[in-house]
Amino acid sequence: MPTLIVAEHDHKNLKPSTLHVVAAAKAVGQPTTILVAGFNCSEAVKAATSIVGIEKVLHADDAAYEHFLAENMAALVVKLAKEFSHVMTPATRIGKNFMPRVAALLDVAQISDVIAIESADTFQRPIYAGNAIATVQSKDAIKVITVRATVFDKAPATGGNATVTKIDGTGDSGLTKFIGQELSKSERPELTAARIIVSGGRALGSGENFKLLEALADKLNAAIGASRAAVDAGYVPNDYQVGQTGKIVAPDLYIAIGISGAIQHLAGMKDSKVIVAINKDPDAPIFQIADYGLVGDLFQIVPALTAAL
Amino acid sequence: MKILVTVKRVVDFNVKIRVKADNSGIELANIKMSMNPFDEIAVEEAVRLKEKNIAKEIVVVTLGVAQCQETLRTALAMGADRAIHVQTDLELQPLAVAKALKAIIDKEKPDLVIMGKQAIDDDCNQTGQMLAALLGWPQGTFASKVEPETDKLQITREVDGGLETIELKLPAVVTTDLRLNEPRYASLPNIMKAKKKPIETLTPEQLGVNLTPRLKTIKVTEPPKRKGGIKVSDVAMLVDKLRNEAKVI
Repeated sequence: MPTLIVAEHDHKNLKPSTLHVVAAAKAVGQPTTILVAGFNCSEAVKAATSIVGIEKVLHADDAAYEHFLAENMAALVVKLAKEFSHVMTPATRIGKNFMPRVAALLDVAQISDVIAIESADTFQRPIYAGNAIATVQSKDAIKVITVRATVFDKAPATGGNATVTKIDGTGDSGLTKFIGQELSKSERPELTAARIIVSGGRALGSGENFKLLEALADKLNAAIGASRAAVDAGYVPNDYQVGQTGKIVAPDLYIAIGISGAIQHLAGMKDSKVIVAINKDPDAPIFQIADYGLVGDLFQIVPALTAAL
Repeated sequence: MKILVTVKRVVDFNVKIRVKADNSGIELANIKMSMNPFDEIAVEEAVRLKEKNIAKEIVVVTLGVAQCQETLRTALAMGADRAIHVQTDLELQPLAVAKALKAIIDKEKPDLVIMGKQAIDDDCNQTGQMLAALLGWPQGTFASKVEPETDKLQITREVDGGLETIELKLPAVVTTDLRLNEPRYASLPNIMKAKKKPIETLTPEQLGVNLTPRLKTIKVTEPPKRKGGIKVSDVAMLVDKLRNEAKVI
């Protein structure tokens, strides 16, 4: 039986996480269909047809999917799922929201945050904030899976030639209503897609001081992240948070500035290819996993680093 | 409004866990156990709604071994009114827990269920959503603000790009995120008072649910260790290493 991927998109473009999930699905080794459920989302549908590895695109276009409300998304996915052995989506806030609802309605377990696919029924997933890895086997008829996108490569976005089937939606549940959103606006790359991330901790001391990081990030075309301590202190918005309960990232270069390295932060960034730590405390735990550590005052080091690039 | 809150007994968040030598799981003998931090936030939110006279009664529920009663006592000391303990030694997975909770909710008929968004042991982040699905109720996950009105609820959610506000019809399931509130510590008089609050103990059989795990854990291993690198002496050396050794800039 084929695999169904539920695409994450903004109605125009596919989110990079979708491409990572397509690559993960390849490990299951079955024909793969992708569902694009949205509102006026034909551009995203078009993008989905050209992903290498996708055979079919299902296009559901309805106002009910404009904000990806869990009740509406789950009803649609459940209706389609019986034709598939695997249903996969990125383990983002959207996927984490609707996918367990799908699993419960199908009366199957969900396998959350999968980091490796050993076979069609056996998967690895992190537990205890990534301090242990569980290998689990599912005997359920349908495997409902959320994928930790960053650990898989991206499937090529162009070169494929999938067919599109327009399908009916399942309408609005009437249970929830979207009221509004406050999204952070930024010219920078998205945290989970950035090649370089400059991340700040409590030692920055204020939101104002994050400007130092911005100057450095501008030089490197980097995204800006933060530790939970910096977010809780109100220096930056919640969507900057890197860590077990924030975003999981794995860029080529992660520069941790004034971040001590609490377990929950390390869980969110330890798969980065190269880690740089700048901290005045030589015993900070972050140095134990950093490839390059520089002990000293960030307020001197960061401007000097920005100038040297 | 009647609120039902769920709590889970987990390894304390300050404990550095160890994988068992035979790779069968995590070493739990003589380890400090506590209430899952996200569940503390759930209890706190319910207690605040009671203090604002929005909630009339708070029922706290847990599933698990006999010692889970300690976790219920903590919730009662924080301000919950009574507790239900579904006692079992089985390994508990989210779908099974959601089914047991549904059976309790069918009887208790709360207007609102508040749960932690995930437990810090298995990190599943599923039970609230699954429960909402089984009940056919709306869900508000990752809540950073909860504002009840008469027959509906407005919640602000932490989403990937920032914040989102949605309105839920009641009854509903809400799961808590970190910034919803800061849970209180129970005072000594309240801890004493909590000892007299009722805990009802049930068996899975009494609820008529099958809690057998669906996923089989084949093994639990340590994650690959990341080796520490070197300390560089200054910015110039750092830039040189990044350019010429790591080749990432």
